[in-house]
Amino acid sequence: MITILSIAIDALAFGMVLFIISIGLSVMMGLARVVNLAHGAFAMIGGYIASYMLREAGAGFALSTLVAVLGTIAILMPLEFLLYRRLYRNADAFRQILMTIGLTFFIIGITNTVFGPTSKPIPLPEALSGPLDIGFRMVPAHYVLVIACGAITALGLWFLLDKTQFGTRIRATVDNAAMAESLGIRTEILYAATFALAVGLAAFGGVLGAQLLPIEPYYALRYMVIFLVVVSVGGAGSILGALAASLVLGLASTAGKYMAPEFGDFFFYLTVILVVFIFPHGLLGARK
Amino acid sequence: MTAIGTTTAAGAPRLPGWVRYEVTAFAVVTALGLIGYLVFPFDLALLTRIIAVTFLVLSLDLVTGYAGVVTLGQAAIFGVAAYAVGNACLAGITDPVMLLGVGIIAGALMGLVSGVLISRFSALPQLVISIAFGQLVAALANKLAQFTGGSDGLAGFAPSAVLGVFEFDIFGRTSFGFSLVVLAVVLALLLRFVQSPFGLMCRGIRDDALRARMIGTAVYPRLIVMYGVSGAVAGVGGALSAINVGVVSLHSVSFEMSAEALVMLVVGGAGHLLGAVFGSILFQIFGHFVGSTNPFHWMTIVGGTLILITLFAPKGLYSAFASAMAKFRKSRVSQ
Amino acid sequence: MSALLQLDDVSMSFGGLKVTQEVSFTLQTGDRVGLIGPNGAGKTTLVNLVTGNLNPSSGRILLQGEDVTHTGISHRVRHGLVRTFQITRLFQTLSVADNVALALLQRKGLAMGFLSSATQRPEIRDEWTRILQVTGLESRAYDPVSVLAYGEQRLVEIAMALALKPKVLLLDEPAAGIPHEETHRVLDAIAALPADIAVLMIEHDIDLVFRFASRVLVLANGKLICDGTPDTVAANDEVRSAYLGSYANDRRSA
Repeated sequence: MITILSIAIDALAFGMVLFIISIGLSVMMGLARVVNLAHGAFAMIGGYIASYMLREAGAGFALSTLVAVLGTIAILMPLEFLLYRRLYRNADAFRQILMTIGLTFFIIGITNTVFGPTSKPIPLPEALSGPLDIGFRMVPAHYVLVIACGAITALGLWFLLDKTQFGTRIRATVDNAAMAESLGIRTEILYAATFALAVGLAAFGGVLGAQLLPIEPYYALRYMVIFLVVVSVGGAGSILGALAASLVLGLASTAGKYMAPEFGDFFFYLTVILVVFIFPHGLLGARK
Repeated sequence: MTAIGTTTAAGAPRLPGWVRYEVTAFAVVTALGLIGYLVFPFDLALLTRIIAVTFLVLSLDLVTGYAGVVTLGQAAIFGVAAYAVGNACLAGITDPVMLLGVGIIAGALMGLVSGVLISRFSALPQLVISIAFGQLVAALANKLAQFTGGSDGLAGFAPSAVLGVFEFDIFGRTSFGFSLVVLAVVLALLLRFVQSPFGLMCRGIRDDALRARMIGTAVYPRLIVMYGVSGAVAGVGGALSAINVGVVSLHSVSFEMSAEALVMLVVGGAGHLLGAVFGSILFQIFGHFVGSTNPFHWMTIVGGTLILITLFAPKGLYSAFASAMAKFRKSRVSQ
Repeated sequence: MSALLQLDDVSMSFGGLKVTQEVSFTLQTGDRVGLIGPNGAGKTTLVNLVTGNLNPSSGRILLQGEDVTHTGISHRVRHGLVRTFQITRLFQTLSVADNVALALLQRKGLAMGFLSSATQRPEIRDEWTRILQVTGLESRAYDPVSVLAYGEQRLVEIAMALALKPKVLLLDEPAAGIPHEETHRVLDAIAALPADIAVLMIEHDIDLVFRFASRVLVLANGKLICDGTPDTVAANDEVRSAYLGSYANDRRSA
């Protein structure tokens, strides 16, 4: 009983981290149709910056997170202009995969040359590092933060995409880019803004989730698949789909680690294959 | 009408006669072998490793370059074949040719399984399944330490003499010669295979799978068969790697191995067998010098190269070279 | 003797929208039938239903007497039902000869050869050479399809259809996008089709249909509103109002 509850709570926190990082990728893939293997590398850059801010520059947790998010966006926006713009929509998937896997290698090489090839812990502030009593059970306090941030991200994105002008434009462009352009929507700005959003969410999730997905030299490769899987299983551009996929995969991964740790990620990947075979159009069915 | 055997604008080597593929393959492999021997006379082990991995890149070219299936799980086939050969050798099958057969069978079976799983889908789900399958096999290899040696690797097996005559020596001469001969034979078969009706149909499927259906082709079964052939080729590589090195490590089933093979293929040029061979050689020799000093500098260079190639030579260096040669020839003719 | 192709009350809806409504017709040996209808009448949907690219919500499709309503695309092709595409769908990186040879190999059951040359087997080579002569493409045999002009790509579509020796051939707007002075090449290729097969030509250009067809089907809003000789169709009031109405709309919106 205790184990089941522990698994459920760990899985929920892990799933929320997956969601925060992956949802940026999902929105970007929904809009720009880029299979972006470098998304994990984006999260890794955020983690490296936050770790540097906390451990070398002595900044607080909140400030470090903010600097990580903005810093990652600032570092990567030139790449939107130089590389990603060529990959949007029409480019074939093979080319997208090659370029973004190349970028992943490149980012891993550069970050480890600049920051040194060691793992980069992100120490939590006092208030978050201890256990927290939530009435019937003690849970790590930062889980509460992660879960709350996940929920806020989901709600915020839903509001942004469904209730604002920006969201309307994105949905119009997803439906028919040529039509949207002829209606005066500046799609290149829209793509750039979405890219920034995706990068920011990746960095945010990378920092917040560092206790569960530790920041280390090969982070970008190690978790590359997980984020892609969430999008593939959840359906590109679908917030609810990504949330559902994150929770299912979080559960599979956590349960596997609790019950058969010696099998490593075996059960996680088995779940991935089963889910893709059973729901070839994503968990929530085909969206076109 | 142009000469027989040049039905595609780019692709088939333009040699006359029914032995053109064999002549090409043996000429290329002999030339590469000689160059390799002259440049690295004291590092034949490096050359043998390069040849083993070349089979992996060739096998990837068959599914990705010729059939359009994008996969990041090809090393699973290579690695499982290597483990199978190691275990067979430990169990008493020490004849290298027999071990090659074990590798081919193990590879073909793994290829068929991969094909059933991976070629069922397209686009993102395909990529995801390929990675998941590769990782699944890697996790299993780690777990089943009694067959794989776990993270220590599988070691302690020694193949007997090739054809009962050529003992494996510490300089690696037998390994090198054996690998070269196998490469020449497989390359000749594959050059023929990609021009065959089946090979042509796979290229058709790569171009437009729906159109292939509309001329009556059952696409999925063909891709599975292609995966079987590709798996057999990867199996040859896995077998050679186990026979020559005497150790099979977890690296041989890893995601990194799959990804590097894809990079090698793209550097050389997907959709050309010789491109795959050149890409594999270039990448590995380069990696031998740069990668051994600092793995992160190596990753930076690999990543940067890949980005530049997709930007400026998306069809790979072999195609870029071939089209430059064609232009050169044309300009000479017109003068 | 059963009809080559028979549709019984075939219907199809997307969401709530009925795009094909209880369409029935038959094609017999030697038929040359035109399928016309204003924009959005559901012509391409109907073709997709017949070929198996789409599945009908109800109704039956019989091919040479066999119920193929729920069989896959490639099964129907192997049983003699072949189509060309409105937008050319060819193997773009392969040569013209390779494209035609693939169709031939598939039809002859030789497509599983592993070590012989695909295009140079004598019986394959002779046949694609002949087909490329009929379609006027012999000088292009070794060029990749991607460098061909659009009109020539349409001819490759027809050449591939010929290679498959269809019993029933569906031509989806074979002359669309071809410069007017080139349409005769397409028509010549169509005229050279074997007399005993049934051909259904879907076409926007009514002149072309009336030159080609001995019988015309008219589709409007997913319904078959007329099935008869060109003369009866031309004189039919319902056809005229469906067509002229939409034609007038086209003019206004253009």
